[in-house]
Amino acid sequence: MSVTKETVQHVANLARLEFNEEETERFTEQISRITDLMDELGKLPTEGVLPMSHAVDMAIPQREDVVTNGDTREAMLANAPEAENGHFRVPKVIE
Amino acid sequence: MALNKLTLREASDKLAAKEISSVELTQSCLDQIEKHDKNINAFVTVDTEKALAAAKAADARIAAGNAAPMTGIPIAHKDIFNTADMRTTCSSRMLENFVPPFDATITTNLREAGAVILGKANMDEFAMGSSTESSHFGASINPWDTERTPGGSSGGSSAAVAANMAICATGTDTGGSIRQPAAFTNLTGMKPTYGRCSRFGIIAFASSLDQAGPMARSAEDAAMLLSVMASYDRNDSTSINAPVPDYTQALTGEVKGLKIGIPSEYFGEGLDDEVRAAVEAAQAQYQSMGAELVPISMPNSNYAIPTYYIIAPAEASSNLARYDGVKYGYRCDDPRDIRDLYFRSRSEGFGEEVKRRIMLGTYVLSSGYYDAYYRKAQKARRLISNEFKEAFEKVDVILTPTTPSTAFKFGEKDDPIQMYLSDIYTINGNLSGLPGISVPCGFDGKGLPIGLQLIGKALDEETLLRSADAYQRETDWHTRRVDLG
Repeated sequence: MSVTKETVQHVANLARLEFNEEETERFTEQISRITDLMDELGKLPTEGVLPMSHAVDMAIPQREDVVTNGDTREAMLANAPEAENGHFRVPKVIE
Repeated sequence: MALNKLTLREASDKLAAKEISSVELTQSCLDQIEKHDKNINAFVTVDTEKALAAAKAADARIAAGNAAPMTGIPIAHKDIFNTADMRTTCSSRMLENFVPPFDATITTNLREAGAVILGKANMDEFAMGSSTESSHFGASINPWDTERTPGGSSGGSSAAVAANMAICATGTDTGGSIRQPAAFTNLTGMKPTYGRCSRFGIIAFASSLDQAGPMARSAEDAAMLLSVMASYDRNDSTSINAPVPDYTQALTGEVKGLKIGIPSEYFGEGLDDEVRAAVEAAQAQYQSMGAELVPISMPNSNYAIPTYYIIAPAEASSNLARYDGVKYGYRCDDPRDIRDLYFRSRSEGFGEEVKRRIMLGTYVLSSGYYDAYYRKAQKARRLISNEFKEAFEKVDVILTPTTPSTAFKFGEKDDPIQMYLSDIYTINGNLSGLPGISVPCGFDGKGLPIGLQLIGKALDEETLLRSADAYQRETDWHTRRVDLG
C-alpha cells in the first residue's frame, strides 16, 4: 500500500501539522517505506484473535466521584504562553 | 577510588558508616559534570544549589539515624519525569521552559527516600529514538567512544552514569529505551513489568508500553533503586496493586536448576558476530553455574517491529495532541488565528522524528486504515504475548542479546527504518508487558560494551535480578569503567 502526497497532506491536516513541499515529499517517501514494513503483518493469520489493548489483565480501578485536585488555577496557568484574568488567552475565535 | 565512581551499594555503605558525607559524594559528581559534560552532554539541566541542599538534608537524616539505602545518593533523573522545582523538557523545544506544577510519583518516591537529584538527563525528544540524536539539545555522547551514541532514548541517563557523573539514573523504556542504552554503555538497566512503577507524572509517549526503571552499575544497584521506584499508585489507573518486595533480598547468588530459554529467532540474521559470541559465552557461563539451557522457538517475535511501529505511534499521536500552544509549551509568534496557532505551534515546536511518528500514528488510526493497521497490530500483540506465556510454562527466564550490534556511530542510522530495527530484541517485552534486564557480558574488538537481555514472567523482577546478580558474582564485565581523566 503506497502512500501518496495527497494522503500525507490529509493526514498532516488531521494531525495539525504543516509541511513545505520538500518536507511533504520526504514524509511521503518515508511513510510509504514504513507502511511497507507494516504490511508484513498481513502474513500473520489473526482471525478470531482478540485485540490486545493493555499489557496486564486487570479490572479498571474505581474511585469516589469527588474532586481531589481542585483549586490549582494559578499553578495550571503558570506555564500558559498567554493568560489573562484567570483564563488561557488565544486569538479571537468567534466573530 | 574517586567517590563518583562508587557503586550505589558502596556509596550507601560508606554513607551509613559515616566514612563519607553526601555533600562530598554529590560534590564529586558535580565536579565531574563541570569537567566533562560540555563534551558528553548528558544533562539538559543541572541544579548545583538544589543538589547540594538535598545532600545536606540527607546528611542530617543520616546523622539522625533514619536513613534509607538511597539516602544521599546522587542520581541523574531522565528529563521525562516531572519535577516541580526544575524544568522538565522531554528534550523538546515544545517544553523548553516547562516547569511542572507537580512531581511525578517516582520523583516523589526518590525524594522521600532521600536521593539527591543532580539534574535532568538528556534523551531523545519525547523518548522517540534510539540514539539521543533527536534531542532538541543535541545528542549525548558515549563515553566509551565519543564518535558513538550512548543509545536512546534514555541516552543521557546512560552517558551520565557511564561517565561517572552520577551513581545511578532513572530511565523509561517504551521499546527498549533503558536496556539498549545500558547495553551500549556497560550498565545494568531494567524495564520492570508494565504497571510496576507508576507512570503518573511521566510525560506520555505510548501509554500502554511506557515503563520506568533503574539504570545502574550492577544488578545489586538496580535492585536497590527499583525498590524505591516501584510502588502502587492510585493516581495511575494502570498501576498494579501488589506489594513491592525489597529486591535486594532476592539476590542469593543461586541459579542452580534455573531453566533458561534460548529462542532461536533472536540469534538469526542481522546479529553481529561478536555480540553473538559474547552472548553465547554468557549462556555457557550460566550452564557452568548450574542453570539449564532450553532451546525454544518464538516465531511471532518476527512481527514485533511492524506491530510496535503501529501501536506506539498511534498512542503517541493521541498523547501529543495535547501540545496545542494554548495551555503550556511552545507557542508560535503572532498567530493569525486559532488554526494558525495550532498548526505553527506544533510544526515549529516538534522535531522531525516526533512529527514522523505523529504522522504515522494519525495515518494508522485514520478512517479506512484503522482495521488494516491498528486493529491488526493489536491482534498481533496478543499473539506475541501468548507466545511468551507458552514459553514461560517451560522456562523461568529467556536469554537473548539486548541489541543486534554494539553502539553505532552518529549519523550511521539516518534512515528511520534502520534506527527502528535497533530495538528488535527489546520491543517484544514492551508489547507483552514483561520485565527485562540488560547485563554487561563482554566487549567487541573496538572495545565497545555488549549486553545480554534476560526476560522474565510478569512481576517476577526478583528472578531477573537474582540471575543477573549471580552472573555478576562470577564475571567482571560490569566492573569495567571509562576513565575520562
